[in-house]
Amino acid sequence: MLGSIVFEAGFFQNHAVRTALIIGVIVPLVSGCVGTFTVIRGQAFAGEALSDMGTLGGAGADLVGVSPLWGFVGVGVVVAGTMELFGVQRRRGRDVATGIVLGAMLGLSALFLYFDTTHSSTTGATITILFGSLFQVSGVTVPALVILGLIGLLVVGFLYRPLLLTSLSSDLATARGVRVRSIGLAFLMLMGVSVSLSSVAVGTILGTALLIGPAATALKLTRRPWSAMLTAGGIGIAATWLGILLSYDSFYWPPAKKGWPVSFFVVTLIFLFYLAADLSTWLRARRVGSEARGTGARWDRDPVGAR
Amino acid sequence: MSADASDHDDEVLSVEGVSVWLGGRQILDDVGFSVRSGQFIGLIGSNGAGKTTLFRVILGLLEPHRGSVRVGEGRHTSHNRSIGYVPQKVLVDPDIPLRARDLVGLGIDGDRFGFALPSRARRLAVDEMLEAVDASDFADARVGSLSGGELQRVLIAHALISRPRLLILDEPLANLDIRSEQEVVELLGRVAHDQEVAVLLSAHDMNPLLAVMDRVVYLANGHAASGSTDEVVRTEVLSELYGHPVAVLHVGDRIIVVAGPTPVPDISMPGPAPLHAAD
Repeated sequence: MLGSIVFEAGFFQNHAVRTALIIGVIVPLVSGCVGTFTVIRGQAFAGEALSDMGTLGGAGADLVGVSPLWGFVGVGVVVAGTMELFGVQRRRGRDVATGIVLGAMLGLSALFLYFDTTHSSTTGATITILFGSLFQVSGVTVPALVILGLIGLLVVGFLYRPLLLTSLSSDLATARGVRVRSIGLAFLMLMGVSVSLSSVAVGTILGTALLIGPAATALKLTRRPWSAMLTAGGIGIAATWLGILLSYDSFYWPPAKKGWPVSFFVVTLIFLFYLAADLSTWLRARRVGSEARGTGARWDRDPVGAR
Repeated sequence: MSADASDHDDEVLSVEGVSVWLGGRQILDDVGFSVRSGQFIGLIGSNGAGKTTLFRVILGLLEPHRGSVRVGEGRHTSHNRSIGYVPQKVLVDPDIPLRARDLVGLGIDGDRFGFALPSRARRLAVDEMLEAVDASDFADARVGSLSGGELQRVLIAHALISRPRLLILDEPLANLDIRSEQEVVELLGRVAHDQEVAVLLSAHDMNPLLAVMDRVVYLANGHAASGSTDEVVRTEVLSELYGHPVAVLHVGDRIIVVAGPTPVPDISMPGPAPLHAAD
């Protein structure tokens, strides 16, 4: 332990902190694994849209008085299915379909959030849904969240090989007998569940940060899909735990001494990790490039070169 | 076509009277040919001649409106393991963390669920296949960083590792420079022999294949003519296929197909460039 300078008094005794730390393991792990495939498949926009549309589910759930998690999951899975129905295999058609559904859903979300704040007079609901609150996840939601997360991890593991092949080339996968559309649909639904979990942690607006950021960082650092998944999970967990710690410490920070939101720290840390990975790969490429230019080794990768 | 059943013993593919309409247009009209074990067949035709459509029918991805396809002895199913397929244009993002050897490994069991457990036998099989296509040097490179020729070899290994009896390649020579083109053709000729696999390869130019090709299937206007190069690539046959007079010119050991009747002057004289080179 680094002592009381880093960990303000009562950090590990605090019930809300312990809950947050548990969520901070399972959610980034699922996000990292699903996010790796999201980035590989070029579906970051679909992920963002799913997360944004979760707002509708969260706001609706709040109106009827159940945990936002169920709203997120319900909307996520239904929307994922609809998107696959509308969006043909072509990436462009998929983006347009996503955009159209997203617009309609966000309109409804605005209405529901308005009702949430005007009727039940809790501005907190809007903040919680949009920006998340790791410290305010109710006790009953936690086991559900952990179980959903474990199911998500199992499904990623189950789909691993055919998902990898379809992500690489749908022609190649079809020729191997993979049902490309079914795999695509299953993956979209998985993405729906994954962003629901991250919406509980960092909110619907920032949900994709946890999905895309660590995965994009890991893809720069690794050479195998499964190590990218684990690295992404690790980066996500590190960012979330550090975020929780900083947020806990920030209760003594200006301006109001009421603490800074944990989502801010998590998302900012993810961004900083990404920049660091980018910088390191850039430096490495530059070093390799200058060495190769010196020796002429660069031309070893020429396809027509004798081997 | 209707030979004795005993003649079909080593037949790995038989296409009979296949017709396909897409969007109200007839793409294939009564196409028929057969491929025997270990043969190297060139499917030659210009862009839009129906080569990819024919492959989709053979792979079972498209149901022909008329005619039938038989693969090996067994019945034709939508994912036949006795066919290895290398699609046209596989674009791999350089950021995808997948090594050449991983892609070859996916050829063994990429359609199965769950993770592949690492095993010695699996690694040996992948190494052996990479060796067979001269890809050992870049086995650990990211797939996205490979050159066109290198990627083509890895894709061939991916298709071959499940030990198919027929290997289908859709325009594998497109976008390759001349040297890699020759290397890939030589490799395929060798593979057809060593691995005892029949190769069916589509191309718009038959010249790079002349040295290794056993038979040619020439596709034009939805019609096909098959046989040895000398039988098929003749002025009369191709003119009938195109429904338009074309001339087949032999320049050294190369063949050029041009539109219009056979020119009278000596073809070895330098003249205007052919309008319709080798289509």
